[in-house]
Amino acid sequence: MLAHILRPPPVIARTLVFAALLGVWELASMAGMVSRFIAPPPSEVIPAIGTLFTDNGLVGAFLRTFGEVLAAAGIGSVVGMIAGWWLHHDKTAGRAYTDWIAATAAAPLVLLFPLFLVLFGRNAATIIAMGAVAALPPVILKTKEGLDNVRVVLIDVGRTFRLTRWQQVKMILFPASLPTIFTGLRLGLVFALINVVGVEFLIGFGGLGLTIAELGDRFEIAGMYAAILFVVLCSATFFYLTEKLETWLLSAR
Amino acid sequence: MVAVGQVKSGQEPRARLSRVTVYRIVALVIIVALWESAGASGLFFRGVIPSSVFVISALVRLLGDPMFWGHFGVTLFEIVTGYVIGSAFGMLGGLALGMNRYGSQIFEPVVEYLASTPKVVFLPILLILFGIGVGSKISLGAISCFFPLALSLAAAVRTINPMYLRVGQSLNLTLSQRIKMIYLPALTPAIATGLRLGFGIATVGCLMSEIKLSNKGLGHAAMQAYGRFDIPTMLALLIVIFALAALGNILIGRLIRLPGPTNRRITELTPR
Repeated sequence: MLAHILRPPPVIARTLVFAALLGVWELASMAGMVSRFIAPPPSEVIPAIGTLFTDNGLVGAFLRTFGEVLAAAGIGSVVGMIAGWWLHHDKTAGRAYTDWIAATAAAPLVLLFPLFLVLFGRNAATIIAMGAVAALPPVILKTKEGLDNVRVVLIDVGRTFRLTRWQQVKMILFPASLPTIFTGLRLGLVFALINVVGVEFLIGFGGLGLTIAELGDRFEIAGMYAAILFVVLCSATFFYLTEKLETWLLSAR
Repeated sequence: MVAVGQVKSGQEPRARLSRVTVYRIVALVIIVALWESAGASGLFFRGVIPSSVFVISALVRLLGDPMFWGHFGVTLFEIVTGYVIGSAFGMLGGLALGMNRYGSQIFEPVVEYLASTPKVVFLPILLILFGIGVGSKISLGAISCFFPLALSLAAAVRTINPMYLRVGQSLNLTLSQRIKMIYLPALTPAIATGLRLGFGIATVGCLMSEIKLSNKGLGHAAMQAYGRFDIPTMLALLIVIFALAALGNILIGRLIRLPGPTNRRITELTPR
């Protein structure tokens, strides 16, 4: 019984820890230990989220960022899957370029944004292009990996049934490699989100990233904290949903 | 007959290798040709895509410029400091999460979700806390590289053979002895991949905050070049930044020799 009280379920424990942290923060602010110009108390930050919706057009900013992320991830996914299929299909190309792609996956690609800025100008095209570039490496690598690892015995079964090339792709290669490809697509989506918001913040254009940058520039500290909190919550929800979607799709297969 | 067979088996791999090399050379030629023809085509504004000759000469000029080395030193200092701080906290956090099952159930989802948020959004807070100097850059770099290390280590701790831990228990090892003798050796591959990943991510963190607001460093120099529309210098600075990230990655990979195979390519795909 005592152990049960001392160890509540993780969800409850997590909520309690957060509530305690917020309480400490509020008390520290009330006691004057933390300046409200550095870290305004939760009692100012939480209502500021409402103000963001009414005064700062948070819904519009959210939809804008969301649209850019989808466009970027869409472009990155289509191009990446085609490229991944090519690297799987042409073995020499696979051997020549896979390491290069893996190297770009580890490279600070987002820092290329000044180049895109001079190419496309300070507009949505730059943001979408940066997101798409970031989404490409995981999609390419995971598509190739998934196709490469389809078990030979499955392909042989297809041969035994004299499947045409297209049937072979549709009935065997694609379903068998789907779990791995899907992991790549999900990573691509998350990478696109991170880069889209990051570039929005840096160039001061677009949706949620711009909202944070503006509030910070105007020294509306409570609003800025609220906007950062909102972005963190959005990307956490986004991550959670894609994770759930992945498990659901793979179990329904 | 034997001789012919030997020649054949000797030629095969070399012939294959050279095809790969040909593919790579062709790709490089196509990239350079596309770049040059895009610059000459007039499709983009004049000077937006400078010829690679200008970029290389800008790079050479930069490398001889003491001002550049000043910026370079600042950036290197920020990245290394942020990286060391972030990795230390990341390793401690990862160990703590991995060793405590209940604690990880409470906190690991939080760490996981924070890892997938764009860290640069925390920059305004860091600017208030640490000012526009190196402090805000180091702290963003440290925060960025905390997550891959913490998560990869926490996952790796859970894959340790429980038998080792039981042996440690029956020998009455202290916590520090257990960390030194059981955890660290078993975790070297995870630490190595985490450390390599973390460097690139710390680089992104430091440079993004330099680009946003700073008065020193390579990111600042690149944005200044962008402001003067000196595109060759801006591109040369980007080349330096990418070379720095690549060199750091290679150097860390060399310093930490990996025992056994690792699935590098998979773990390298971590949100930053």
